[in-house]
Amino acid sequence: MLRLLSFALFLAIWWIAALFAGGAKLPSPPAVLNVIVAEAASGALFLHLGATLARVALAFVLAMSLGSALGYLMGRVRLADRLGDPWLILLLNLPALVVIVLAYIWAGLTETAAIAAIAINKLPTAVVTLREGTRALDSSLDEMATVFAMSRWRTFRHVVLPQLAPYVAAAARSGLSLVWKIVLVAELLGRPNGVGFEIGVAFQLFDTPRLLAYSLTFAAVVLVIETLLVQPLEARSTRWRPRAA
Amino acid sequence: MRLEVDITGKTFRNAAGEAHEVLAPLAFSLRPGEVGVLIGPSGCGKSTLLRIILGLDREFAGRVSRPPDARIGMVFQEPRLLPWRTVEQNVRLAVPGVTDERLAELFRILELESHRAHYPGELSLGLARRVALARAFAVDPDILVLDEPLASLDETLAGRLRDEIATLVGRRPVMTLLVTHSLDDAIRLGDRLFFLSPRPARIVREVPISIPRARRGEAELARIRTELRAAPANLEPK
Repeated sequence: MLRLLSFALFLAIWWIAALFAGGAKLPSPPAVLNVIVAEAASGALFLHLGATLARVALAFVLAMSLGSALGYLMGRVRLADRLGDPWLILLLNLPALVVIVLAYIWAGLTETAAIAAIAINKLPTAVVTLREGTRALDSSLDEMATVFAMSRWRTFRHVVLPQLAPYVAAAARSGLSLVWKIVLVAELLGRPNGVGFEIGVAFQLFDTPRLLAYSLTFAAVVLVIETLLVQPLEARSTRWRPRAA
Repeated sequence: MRLEVDITGKTFRNAAGEAHEVLAPLAFSLRPGEVGVLIGPSGCGKSTLLRIILGLDREFAGRVSRPPDARIGMVFQEPRLLPWRTVEQNVRLAVPGVTDERLAELFRILELESHRAHYPGELSLGLARRVALARAFAVDPDILVLDEPLASLDETLAGRLRDEIATLVGRRPVMTLLVTHSLDDAIRLGDRLFFLSPRPARIVREVPISIPRARRGEAELARIRTELRAAPANLEPK
């Protein structure tokens, strides 16, 4: 209910601002809705959204799995931490744009280059978060598992993983928002489809309704995925925690 | 089949780099069916000694030999349960081979039946300690290590758990090592009492109790207590 109210407020402010700014700079909600409906009817909207979502999914899975494994390794093995740390700092501070441009130059304007570039941007934050999580593992529970001769897999699955779950969730959360942002840049620079490509086209034509149509649909999709997928998974992984009052 | 402990020393280096001697030369051994009790002042190094015996700490001088493939049941000072698993899962995860009957029996004895599906965060400390006991017993261990298992339990329950420990020890030839502050627990359960000095810990006195556990009535216990009181005051547990 409160969410609906805040959404209505957003629409109201937009509409009022549109009246002042004029249709060329800020089209009113119905004007944008018209474009969305038209694009959806032609199928273009779904094509571009689908292409973007596929890239997000691939890059996200790639970065999360690789980043989690590396972070766990760096948290457990001192040598790995020392070797990996300079690379981590470099990657963390490298602007996304540099990675994307270099990827396109080295690997061509290909799908592989785009997905790799997005994944590389997200990778270091996943590594850092999981490394922290691994360092924070409770050694007393590890000792318990050792004394009771729990197998390695059993220990990992039931002792280690539940402790890492909040960190994985945090990495996924922040990582997903990062990927949402970067994927559009990658598409704008070197892909012939996707929401980023469409926004690029709209920008060149100064077609604000089209730009807003794609941006807002994209934002809506992000919101839906966050509420229907990410939040329930997060709640599930922490259901054993006593609830905050 | 013996647990032999022969430690010649253990030093601990703190964050500032200073070395602290935790254990002085110290040796004892336990046979199956025997209950050894470690009694000593707080902070004397008992926990370090247990960690060495359990193989968790390998940086010490000396030798500890456990029978190969000995199953170990342990009750830590804090319950050390997995907060994200239920009471039943906690026991089953540590002891995959436990039968449903044995589990039901343990839960009945320890009065945990109604808490099977609860998470440790929903339990009082006393209940959590009972779960830790159930987990250690479920192993049917060859070596049972109990680090103050009855602390913070009410007298009735502590008494019943003491009986349960005695039953378990009597049923199978378990080598049991009990750390306690309670002289009462010590003389009711122990076959041999090891009194430890303040840090660095060494055994200052070893008291065997020759009367079998089952035949220790109140009269015998009172006699043992009097004998122990006759010892020099500084060697008494606090």
